[in-house]
Order: sequence, then C-alpha cells, then structure tokens
Amino acid sequence: MSVVAILFPPALAAILIGLLLRGRWAAGATIASSLAVLAMAVRMAARIAAGASVDDDLGPAWHAWVSVDGLSALILLLVSFIATTASIYSVGYIDREHLSGRKLRVYYASYNLFVFSMLAIPLVAEPTLVWIAVELTTLTSALLVSFENTREALEAAWKYVVLSLMGAGVALFGFLVLFAAMRSGGGGDYTWSGLVEAVPRMSPFLLRAAFLLILIGLGTKVGLVPMHTWLPDAHSQAPSPICALLSGIETTSILYVILRLYPIVRHVPGAHADTWALVLGLLSIGVAAFLLLQVRDYKRLFAFSTVEHMGVILTGVGLGAAAGDYASMQQIVNHSVTKSFCFFAAGAVLLATGTREIAAIRGLARSSPFAGAALVLGGLAIAGAPPFAVFLGEFAILRAGLASGQYVATGLFTLFIVIAFFGVMGHVNRMVFGVAQGQGDPGHEPSAAASALARLPFSCRAALVVAAIPVIVLGVYVPAPLHDLIASAASTLGR
Amino acid sequence: MTFELIDNLNALAAGLFLLTAFGIVAMRQARGCLQLFILQSLLLAASAALLGLRFGSSHLYGVALVNLISKPIVVPWLLRRTAPGEIYTRREIDQVLNIPTALLIALALAIGAYFLGIPLAEAVGPDARGPNVPIGIAALLLGAYTLTVRREAMSLLIGILAMENGAFFAGIAIAHDLAMLVELAIATDGLIIVFIMAVLVRAVEQHVGVTAVGELASLREGAAESLSPEERA
Repeated sequence: MSVVAILFPPALAAILIGLLLRGRWAAGATIASSLAVLAMAVRMAARIAAGASVDDDLGPAWHAWVSVDGLSALILLLVSFIATTASIYSVGYIDREHLSGRKLRVYYASYNLFVFSMLAIPLVAEPTLVWIAVELTTLTSALLVSFENTREALEAAWKYVVLSLMGAGVALFGFLVLFAAMRSGGGGDYTWSGLVEAVPRMSPFLLRAAFLLILIGLGTKVGLVPMHTWLPDAHSQAPSPICALLSGIETTSILYVILRLYPIVRHVPGAHADTWALVLGLLSIGVAAFLLLQVRDYKRLFAFSTVEHMGVILTGVGLGAAAGDYASMQQIVNHSVTKSFCFFAAGAVLLATGTREIAAIRGLARSSPFAGAALVLGGLAIAGAPPFAVFLGEFAILRAGLASGQYVATGLFTLFIVIAFFGVMGHVNRMVFGVAQGQGDPGHEPSAAASALARLPFSCRAALVVAAIPVIVLGVYVPAPLHDLIASAASTLGR
Repeated sequence: MTFELIDNLNALAAGLFLLTAFGIVAMRQARGCLQLFILQSLLLAASAALLGLRFGSSHLYGVALVNLISKPIVVPWLLRRTAPGEIYTRREIDQVLNIPTALLIALALAIGAYFLGIPLAEAVGPDARGPNVPIGIAALLLGAYTLTVRREAMSLLIGILAMENGAFFAGIAIAHDLAMLVELAIATDGLIIVFIMAVLVRAVEQHVGVTAVGELASLREGAAESLSPEERA
C-alpha cells in the first residue's frame, strides 16, 4: 500500500459528510477515519524506525512529489494521534448544545479537511505544494475557530486568517526564490531531498534570501514572537478539541516546514540559520513566559504556553550539536501530546464551570474533581515538572546547550522556562486548590459537584484518559521504536 | 515582435502594476479596490504572456491563462455568491492613517523593494533582469501594508490577494518553469481564500452587525476584566 493512502480516509470522510452523513454518523465517520489514519501512521513510523524506507512503495513518477522520512513520519504519527483523541473528544463536546445538523456537518467536514491538510504537509516533498498544504491548514480551520460565532470567536478567526495569509504571502515568495536558487544551481528535482543534494551548486545569496522569507512568513503561523499576536486569540476562542489540534499539532507541523530548510541552509555561509533559531526561540520563550504571568483566561494560558514551547523547540535546534537536534525532536513529541491533553482538560473545566476566566474559578478540586485532576496533570506536565516528558525534553536541551558551550543562551533559556513554570502553575494552582471568597455555603456544594460530573460527557472523559497515557508514560519510559524514530528525525536536520 | 519591443511593453505592464498596488493602498471605496485588483491581475497576466513570448515558454502562457480566468471572472462571481452585498457599498471613512501619509510610507516601501529586488534578480541570472522582481516585491510589501492600515473586510481580502499577485509577478521572472500542477494549485488556493473570507465576513455581519472587521478589538490581554457580571458567574 502506498504512503499516499494515508490521505484517503479524511478526504473520503469529508466528502461523505458533505454529501450524506449527518449527526452521529458524521462523528462516527470522523472517528473511523482518524483511527484508520492512526493505524497507517503507526505502521509507517514502525517501518522507518526499523530502518526501512517506505518510499519504495511508490511508483517512480511519485518521487518528485511525495516522500516520507523520519521527520515526516514523526509528524504524521503525532497528527494522527491527536486527530484521533480530538475526534473522540468532539463527540461529547460539540454535541452538548444540540446544534443544528448543518452546523455539525460543517464542523466534521472542516475537521476532516483540516486533518487532511495537516497530513499533507509532511507527506508532500515538493516545497511549493507544501506551501499550498500550509495555506489549506489555515483555510480549513478558519471556520472551526469561528465555530461558536461569538463576537470574540469571529474576531479571533479573522485575525488568524489575515495574519496567517499575510505570512503565507511572504513565504510564497520565499519558496519561489528557493526554486530560482535551485535553477541557478543547474536544476534537479525540486523536492526537499533534491534541494539538499543541490546545496553546493546553489547561489548562497538566494538561499539566504529564501530562508529568511520563509522563516518570517511561516514563523507567523508557528506563532514565533514577534509575529505571535493572533495565536492566543485563535487558540483560545476555538472549541477545545480544535484548540488541541491547533496548539498541539498545527503549529508543530508548520514548524516542521521551517525545520526542513535546516539541512539546506545550515552550512550556507552567512545564513546563520542556527543563530536565527536561537534568537527567535529565546525571544518566543521569554516574551511568552512573561505574558503567561498575567493572563486572565486559562485557555489563553495554554495558548501562550504553545508560543513558549515553539520557542523551546527552536532553541534546541539553534543551541547546536546533534544532542540539541535530538532533544528538539523529543520535545516536539512531548509538547504535542501534552498540549493536546491540556486543552482537553481546559475544555472539561469549561464544561464544568461555564467560564474561561481564571479569577472566577476556585476550588475545582472539590467542585469537579475529574476536571480538576486533569487540569493539575496537564498543568504540571506542560509547565515542565518532573517526572513528565516535557521536563525531560527541556532538560536534554539544557544539557545540549551546556555541552556546546553556549552558556549565556542556556542561562536565559533556563531562566525563562522557570518563569513560565511558575506562570502556569500559579494559575492552575489557584483554580484547583484556591478557596473562593463566597465559598463555604454547605448546602450548595454537593449539587454543584453532581451537576458538573453529569455535564462532562463520556466521550470527553474517554479521550482525556487515552490522551493522558503518553503524557504519563513518556516521562518515565520512551519505547525503543519511538526512540529510533526520534533519532531518525533528528538525523534529517543535517547536522 | 522584437525582444526590445517586448521588454518595453513588459516594463509598461510592470509600471502600471505598481500603480495599481499604490491604488489599492489609497482607494477608499470597496468596489474600487476590487476593480483595481482585477486590473492588477490582468496586468500580471499580460506580463506573464509577454515573458512567455520573450523566453518561448508555453508554461508562462498557461500562467497568463489561469490568471485571466480565475481572478477577473471567478473571484467577483464567488464574492457575489457568498459575501454579503454590504461589503461592496462600504466606504472607509476612518483609516488608521490619512491617505497622503499612507502613500508616503508606501513610496518608501517601494523604494526599499527596489534595493532588495535588484541584487536578488542579479543573483538569479540574466533572464530575471527587468522590472519584474523589484516591482513584484514592492507589490508584495504594499499588499502587506494594506493589511495593516485597513479595517474593511473587502480591503483586507484584496490586500491578501494583492500580496499573492506581487509574489507571482516576481515569480514569473525568477521561477518560470514551476510545474503547472503547482500553478493550478496556487490559483485554486486563491479562490478558496476568497470563499472562506467571504463566509467569515458574512458571519461577522450576521452576528456582530459590521463589516469593518478590523474594528473588532475585544481580544487582548486583560480583556476578561470587561466581562459583565453575568458572564463572570
């Protein structure tokens, strides 16, 4: 079976939902398609981790368009895992308001198209078509961000679309310059691997220009500071399962495109690719860490944490040494699984309390223990407390930084992640264990707890439990195939 | 036709292309913005056809044809079908900057684009020398600039499409043998942009009652303070 087949289930599901499936059937088709994609991604990742190539399945005509290596397989695996948990979570979360059939169909059709576009990014090897896939992620998710049709959601969706497309326009020019650089070097296949081969023949000036244009253009969509302004809005206003996709994996899959440039430009004189990664990375962590301290909306809290973690991943790449590359790839996995869990937890809190405001929520541990426990787990894991995976990734980046002798950058990195840790935990702690001023009315408490439990649908709880497994397990044990896959992904960065 | 004549005609198209980009920055009427964008797309198609003639590239004829069909015909049709009629009739009264200031900054951007574009075109090779690269970059920057100073949905949509036009205007000179599949995909992408943004404007108009989407500004740090007591509960 060819690797392209992984695109079929979401495409088929979107078409079926558009034409005939309604309500529960649409939700079922979405879950089925996500599971099929997950199975294919796991199989592909296992083969690549074992050192085999999956490109051989393709006919020779496909090689100019499609290719899967370690890095692509890693992203495919993460997209499919989060698409699966989020599709399960959606069933209870989206349907709770008994929306009209049309609205549900728009949701699930967009959901599948969004997953389709995110799967296409790592799969496609031709850079301009990858750009198209990036555009499609914005366009297919726009209506998901605005799904609730409140003033705030519409504003967030609009900002998201305008700023992402503005960045994409700059990136498009970057990709055209990259193509021109390829031609100036005598041509060849315009694919990621073809570009790596052609590096010595290409004009360094054009490569530098293309790198900067794409870094700025796509960096906007990754949410790198100072182009991050839209991200906390879009990632907090969308329905929670969509936030999990946006924050957990969409940002990462766009970052993947930037990382694809690294083997090409890393050794080009004057490109300073590692320095750019370090500067933008540290800037993102630093600014996000301070913004984390003063948020008033807990979904925004996790959105800013995404900006922070995009910075962490980029810093790992920029700090140098193969160990840094490995740590960054590890951090991509850790961030994706943990952040999607955080948004599921945030969604559970929203269902239990009906508000997004941190100040309005106190004593969640008593009023809705399930949502409170999930929030504490997510908060600790994403803030980087041991023994969770994010801690291991950040610690590995720290060690790589020290080993390569970049003491100032490593010091700043440590300072910022510590601030971010207290930023996240301070808010979460108050929400879960804090005592509200008006509390202590004994007759009121049990009924609130009972209704909160009743309001958290089964599918949401199931998705939370499934999503929690890698969050807990990866902190203490990385399975050997996953380790091999991460190592294979790190090796594609051209150190 | 001699190469010299073709080059002169292409320079004329490029000059007019830059003027339309300035026009989009300055134009207050939504409908005028759309018409300027259509004119700009026609000039892009003309330049692609001329360069196709110059380099004997049938591929560039394809680009010209795609642009000729998708932008002047399909985009307005799509807007009529999906966007609320409101957006045509809007006239922007209060802009972030007044028009002379906006144009002055736009002029500075265009000059900056020239200094960026010339070395870039030099590095690509003799084929790329000509007005396309600097003017394409200028139009790209002016499109981005339009996005930052405008508030009305239509101007923002046109700003995005104009950025893409700018990237392409430079692209036909530096990357004129891009696969046709890619060109078609990019043209389709432009149409999806129009569709999605039109649907969003319709939703904004229905639920908030305005089309000046840039004026929506309830989301910022500390906005939660402005929540009403009922929302806090």
